[in-house]
Amino acid sequence: MTSAVSLQQVSRHFGPIRAMDAVDLEIAPGEFFAMLGPSGSGKTTCLRVIAGFEQPTAGHIEIFGETAEGVPPYRRNVNTVFQDYALFPHLNVLDNVAYSLMLRKVDKAERHRQAEDALAMVKLSGYGARRPGQLSGGQRQRVALARAIVNRPKVLLLDEPLGALDLKLRESMQEELKSLQRSLGITFIFVTHDQGEALSMADRVAVFSDGKVMQVGTPEEIYNRPNSRFVADFVGSSNLLPPDFTATITGQRAWASLRPEAIHITPSDGAAMQGRVTARSFMGSTVRLGLYVNGASLHAVVPASGNSANVDDMVGVLFAPEALHLMERET
Amino acid sequence: MIVLDTGAILPRRGGIFGALSDAFWRHPKLLVFLMLTPPVLWFGIIYLGSLLALLLQSFYSLDEFSGLVVPEFTLSTYAQLFRPSNFDIIVRTVLMAAAVTLASGIVAFPIAYMAARYAKGKWKALFYLGVMLPLWSSYLVKVYAWKLILAKEGILNWVFESLRLTPLLDAFLSIPVIGGNSLSVSYTGTFLVFLYIWLPYMILPTQAALERVPVNLIDASGDLGATPFQTFWHVIFPLALPGLVAGSIFTFSLTLGDYIIPNIVGSSRQIIGQAVYAQQGSAGNIPLAAAFTVVPIVIMGLYLWMAKRLGAFDAL
Repeated sequence: MTSAVSLQQVSRHFGPIRAMDAVDLEIAPGEFFAMLGPSGSGKTTCLRVIAGFEQPTAGHIEIFGETAEGVPPYRRNVNTVFQDYALFPHLNVLDNVAYSLMLRKVDKAERHRQAEDALAMVKLSGYGARRPGQLSGGQRQRVALARAIVNRPKVLLLDEPLGALDLKLRESMQEELKSLQRSLGITFIFVTHDQGEALSMADRVAVFSDGKVMQVGTPEEIYNRPNSRFVADFVGSSNLLPPDFTATITGQRAWASLRPEAIHITPSDGAAMQGRVTARSFMGSTVRLGLYVNGASLHAVVPASGNSANVDDMVGVLFAPEALHLMERET
Repeated sequence: MIVLDTGAILPRRGGIFGALSDAFWRHPKLLVFLMLTPPVLWFGIIYLGSLLALLLQSFYSLDEFSGLVVPEFTLSTYAQLFRPSNFDIIVRTVLMAAAVTLASGIVAFPIAYMAARYAKGKWKALFYLGVMLPLWSSYLVKVYAWKLILAKEGILNWVFESLRLTPLLDAFLSIPVIGGNSLSVSYTGTFLVFLYIWLPYMILPTQAALERVPVNLIDASGDLGATPFQTFWHVIFPLALPGLVAGSIFTFSLTLGDYIIPNIVGSSRQIIGQAVYAQQGSAGNIPLAAAFTVVPIVIMGLYLWMAKRLGAFDAL
């Protein structure tokens, strides 16, 4: 099966800066794909290269099997939801949504009908006559979404679409984006720096760092089996254990990651591994403990109920050896 | 840590400024009142007041025999505007202003666009310098320079002659209305000088409007399938329109009111500015001069109303 988007050794350099460096990605049709990374990691450049706003310095891009390098954005059946929405301030909501149809010379009644349908899909029926300036951030976001899906693109690109929304709205929009993607069956490629968002929404995640793709996998793979210190550190709040520490447990010298929730706290008497509590913060249903064990700093997330360890207490530290994930990459 | 030996409330600042600061803080409206009064008086009495006095004059009339102004309300002076000789002046002026405005817009837009989208750093400074420099030199010097350029013995004629294109120029000058004995005594000459002198007033607001068009709107338009030309027509142009309208207000009204340029470069047929000058000066007909002055105000009012109706300010 041909990929929806295929990047082969794609680089984009700005002078000496390698915004994208030999990126390989295969994104399947109908997939909800997240590109995750800190700012400056190249994920937005990657999105812009797929949209056609940036031309790659080197490499080959295919969109549904067709060569895309050198093809201008207006000839790509790929639409973008911009981070700050980029709605046209001089057009009302309906004309914003109908913009791409207007360019294709769809007659007025028909394009307004389709635009109304798209607005209904994002639950903004009846807002057509308003100006973008009269809408809230969340509503503008929905208009941007409606505008991008109205002509059913092959691929929808979303650049930090939820970044400017408050937490409550963000959570409900995550659900809606997911169900919209399922009902439309369009390939969604989603850029975010929020690992929680990437893990909860995406079918697969690519983690970017310094213009390179560090790891591609399902959220479970990325979370449970990070291949590098960077991924372990960036995705979630894993403990990173230095080779010396790992060697005492597994006998193998390698960096390892250990999820905080995999650590159990026992009474210190007779425990094989002991640690001192260095910090304690109450998180509601859980408690987050800072621990100092055998020269390494760890943190653990344990159930709040029945846990009375205080700062400076000695506790037993217990985890299953297989919870320790040894990483294949050095960095 | 430094411990300051003070209470929770700091003592009053001494002196007149300290007292004033406290008073203004307690009565913020007092400050606004004091700041606004002088400019409002200036604007109200000197600026608008004199304009109203002028308008009042336009409702008086001139006694044809004594040559004195009769201070009685009448519309007869306005009726005079519709006499063919006066009405021709109005039509001629409006056509000239419209032509100058249209041409300014066409010439200014690409310059403003390049400056707004592509010029950075020192190139932008150079752009501002280039546009403003002509504004800093004397208006009369520029107009007389143009007279020399356009004159029969001028450089333009010499260029046409050198290129063996004199017949072309002659053919153009033989066209009625826009032609004449030479460019310096033709409407075309007047038009060229107006275009040159007012151009900065069109470039600057257009450039400011274009500068405010976010780049991602241009990206978004292309993303949604617009070719560069469609993006220009559906996004860039409508968003720049308020700037173009602001510029056209300058070029249009300045042309409607000017009397020096057509006096120096142009034919003997008057435009409004010259008519006002002649009526209030040698003819001593203040009421008719005032009535002529009302014409540009009415035309500008109509122009702005039309621009608003056509949605020129929708992007604001």
